[in-house]
Amino acid sequence: MRPLTERLRAFEWAPVRGVWRRELALFRRYWASSSFASLIEPTIWLLAFGFGFGALVGHVAGYRYVDFVGTGVVATATLFTSAFPGMFNTYIRRTYQHSYDAVLAAPVDVHEVVAGEASWIAVKSGVYSCAPILVALAFGLRPGVGVIAVPVVTVLTAAGFALFGVWTSTIVPSINSFDYIISGVLAPLFLVAGTFFPIGGLPGWAQTLAHVNPLYHCVELVRHAVFGFHPLADLGHVGALVVFAALMWLLAVRGMRRRLID
Amino acid sequence: MAIALRDVVKRYTDRDGTSIAAVDGLTLDVPDGVCLGLLGPNGAGKSTTMRLLTAQSLPDEGTIDVLGHEVPREAKQARALMGVVPQTDNLDEELTVRQNLEVFARLYRVPRAGLREAVGRALEVAHLTGRAETRVVNLSGGMRRRLLVARGLVHSPRLVLLDEPTVGLDPQVRADLWGLIAGLRASGVTVLMSTHYIEEAERLADTCALMSHGKVIADGSPAELIASHAGEHVEEHEGSPERLAEIEGLARRAGLPTRRTGPTVSVLRAEHIPSSLADTLADGGSNGHRILHRPANLEDVFVMLTGETVD
Repeated sequence: MRPLTERLRAFEWAPVRGVWRRELALFRRYWASSSFASLIEPTIWLLAFGFGFGALVGHVAGYRYVDFVGTGVVATATLFTSAFPGMFNTYIRRTYQHSYDAVLAAPVDVHEVVAGEASWIAVKSGVYSCAPILVALAFGLRPGVGVIAVPVVTVLTAAGFALFGVWTSTIVPSINSFDYIISGVLAPLFLVAGTFFPIGGLPGWAQTLAHVNPLYHCVELVRHAVFGFHPLADLGHVGALVVFAALMWLLAVRGMRRRLID
Repeated sequence: MAIALRDVVKRYTDRDGTSIAAVDGLTLDVPDGVCLGLLGPNGAGKSTTMRLLTAQSLPDEGTIDVLGHEVPREAKQARALMGVVPQTDNLDEELTVRQNLEVFARLYRVPRAGLREAVGRALEVAHLTGRAETRVVNLSGGMRRRLLVARGLVHSPRLVLLDEPTVGLDPQVRADLWGLIAGLRASGVTVLMSTHYIEEAERLADTCALMSHGKVIADGSPAELIASHAGEHVEEHEGSPERLAEIEGLARRAGLPTRRTGPTVSVLRAEHIPSSLADTLADGGSNGHRILHRPANLEDVFVMLTGETVD
């Protein structure tokens, strides 16, 4: 076998596996509380909107309101379970725990650290985000076979938002500054994504905003996966999510490199 | 040569735009199998030098070679062969001792088949075998420091960078770590150890490089440095400020270097004090004037050369 120094490449999976090993060890310790929060929150959204509003609204955009919300909440869950860990975990590990300084003293480069962190968050978030579908099933949702594609959609969306979180963690001056990101960016994204109401009723400018909102594309894809694909449109939605994730990857790696290498 | 730095410069820019050279034309060689102590006060550029070697800082000028790899271009290859024990405790507190080592064994590409053995060996070296399943958050400061050393050794590196390995530790724990580092040195691993503890450098280093304002101002074995700059003995005088000023003047006129530390004046190369002057210097037994004879040490050398204190 060739010596290790000759085998090292620009991108290696070993650092990604190293990050995953750490996360799995932590997950084994905290899976109960972590799962509780991830499952109960979308369930409450679903119960409150689906049955609260559902009793008043009945049908929206051709769907039962509870089905409309049940699929929309999947995207909401994806957003929050990916962007938040991306922002806070990364910031804390870099600034307070100096974990990345330790990792970067090993044969690991910044982009491999980012890949490890973002991929773990994306997979975990992608899986948890499917919980509202399970809850909605209990409340009468009757999905098509395409529902099995939902985790693919949520993992892809979560990857973009995890990287968004990593990037923003490199541009905020303090941990308190995340309030600006949460209230000024994430909340509007969440509201103009077609989660709780169709974007068709919004003013023109808000509809335009919705079309550049990655979460909107996630919502659309999840609904189409559950109730029936619209192949051409869905290809566009997938493309939008891929572009978003790729852009966030570039920004996250550049931001982390700027913060970790001087 | 395990490490070769040539004319390395690293500048930082202040908020007000002022450029400061943390490392300023540093040239340093660390031969294979040697323990080199990088000695200097806070701000001398020791930690920046360590970061330059791992490419966590990028040089503005100069060349860096680590174990035959040009850094930063081949930093990944160089880092695969070296272990780093940082000054900052950046252990994963939520994980156990073993889990911390396992994660880093993976990052260092220890083969799966040898992982358990590598972790076991690192635990043994750091005397942490009995604490393997303890979460780091529950370890004492000394154990955490030993775990940092174990983490840097888990892949059996050829070179170990120790950045202020015992800073802030109590004497018992420090002595414990010194034993660990001495063992490492005896095993033939090349060690670059930054420290501002004179005693640490004297005890552990085969050779020392004294750093001040980002460059090496003297190097050699501790004994050579002491002999060439401070002589064999030091005469320490304690007394009134007037008497100390008088002693300083007398010694300097006789061509003997002196250093002032708080309420004392030390006359270096005391073995060269002429007998006539020795009587004059000693003639001050009244007014609380006291004289202490001691061997010269590296601190004398450092203060002599820089006017700064290190500890």
